[in-house]
Amino acid sequence: MVLFRRPGVSPADRLFRATVFTMAVSVLVITGVIAYELVRNSRLPIEKFGWAFLWGTTWDPVAERFGALPFLYGTLVSSALALLIAVPVGLGVAIFLSELAPRWLSDPAAFMVELLAAIPSVIYGLIGIFVLVPWVRNVLEPALSGTLGFLPLFRGAPYGVGMLTAGLVLATMVVPFIVSVSREILMAVPHSQREAILSLGATRWEMVRVAVLPYARSGIMGSVFLALARALGETMAVTMVIGNRPEIRLSLFEPGYTMAAVIANEFTEATSDLYVQTLIEIGLVLFAVTILVNAVARLLIYSVFTKVEVRE
Amino acid sequence: MSKPVLEIEKLNAWFGERHVLKEITLKILSQQVTAIIGPSGCGKSTFIRCLNRLHEVVPGARVTGTVLLDGTDLYDPTVDPVMIRRRVGMVFQKPNPFPTMSVYDNVAAGLKLTGMRRRSVLDERVERALRQAALWDEVKDVLHQSGASLSGGQQQRLCIARALAVEPEVLLLDEPCSALDPIATARIEELLLELKKSYTIVIVTHNMQQAARVSDVTGFFLLGELIEVGETKQIFTNPKDRRTEDYITGRFG
Repeated sequence: MVLFRRPGVSPADRLFRATVFTMAVSVLVITGVIAYELVRNSRLPIEKFGWAFLWGTTWDPVAERFGALPFLYGTLVSSALALLIAVPVGLGVAIFLSELAPRWLSDPAAFMVELLAAIPSVIYGLIGIFVLVPWVRNVLEPALSGTLGFLPLFRGAPYGVGMLTAGLVLATMVVPFIVSVSREILMAVPHSQREAILSLGATRWEMVRVAVLPYARSGIMGSVFLALARALGETMAVTMVIGNRPEIRLSLFEPGYTMAAVIANEFTEATSDLYVQTLIEIGLVLFAVTILVNAVARLLIYSVFTKVEVRE
Repeated sequence: MSKPVLEIEKLNAWFGERHVLKEITLKILSQQVTAIIGPSGCGKSTFIRCLNRLHEVVPGARVTGTVLLDGTDLYDPTVDPVMIRRRVGMVFQKPNPFPTMSVYDNVAAGLKLTGMRRRSVLDERVERALRQAALWDEVKDVLHQSGASLSGGQQQRLCIARALAVEPEVLLLDEPCSALDPIATARIEELLLELKKSYTIVIVTHNMQQAARVSDVTGFFLLGELIEVGETKQIFTNPKDRRTEDYITGRFG
């Protein structure tokens, strides 16, 4: 009688291994194919502009002179702005839901927050155009230039459409990611940690600050990078409110442009091969930026948190 | 006979509808080790968690009765549980150092909560607490490494040092050795005998030999009731209640 089998010997086991292995490899293959196709289809501008494409600031389809910097700038600044707003708000909501709200409120509220993530981005764009843009133009921007106008960030004519509005819309869109992931992470912090700090005479706020947040920090960072990845790639809603002008302006009131937005807006009117391939190269840059940001984020988490391991 | 530090009177505790502690009346004497023994689920952990108002942190938990700490009722509505927990320290079943903090910061955590920031004072208090917990010699060169890198027994002594650093009047220990090996356990027991010179100690244990070795007074709990309490020697040699005798002779539990 056979009581034990060596793993991987039975036919079912072998089939199982082969199946999951194929699935795992296919993901890598798809990523590889996307990267390869992006490079292959942007040969013309790569040959013509070289690395200078990355810091060129001219975008003139008629003269066929292209530079990606305004889009790179627009993508990075609008995403950074979104995180600047969304991280404190999202964390605050997550802390409230996991630490302070009673259970009967926490679960339905978390569900509502997750619903926010299910709203199609074109709807965020519409609300952005018809509700947020007039409010930003008539209320927020005058108020900001009135109080913080000494900073170059808040100067100039209040258009309504522009970097600031794009940041606000993006922030709204990524808050649900931060809230739902951080809330799960916070709720997973062991009770023993909370009791340890409470037994030393901590208030609720001190418990969260001293014991819960530090314990959860790598998970919270994870939620922030998930949100960042989402913000970098968001296309529709941003296109609708950012103003779509390929220029670099310090003021957040000014219109800008992002990499995703320029691809979506211009591929239908790109008539020449060089124009089309330039847009594909923009896609390649966006792909690279996203990967780079994620890699840096991972390295950051790795370097900060590997020293600390809980021994069980 | 030393004077009582904690006077517990008609203490009842519930988890939701479950009545887990029934009419407990007991005096905890100063500078003695009081052991609480009894089978699993008899309410002994709940009992000591009522002594620093940690029981009520669990949703649905409820307490009635009085617990006097040097004459003030812990359950008086004007009393802030945060202040109580500074006067009554606790060590838990599983070592629970803060994994993101260094050894030093673990010990200083409670002091920092009281607003103490002066480096020289912190240094001194941290060293004293670690010496009291018989851990100083082992960690004095790794003070700024993570507290989670220590062995299990060291971690538990770190938790004791952390509780001692705020200089509580009473130290509660909830089965502090149940996750430790015999050598680490022996070190903790030695430590308790040393600590009782300056602190009042209440220890919950399911290990009767441990209770016999370290305690002066032993209370036996069964099904949420305090069956018998008395000098440890008397409880283990000449129990008055039949159920205590059955338990300590190993007839159940």
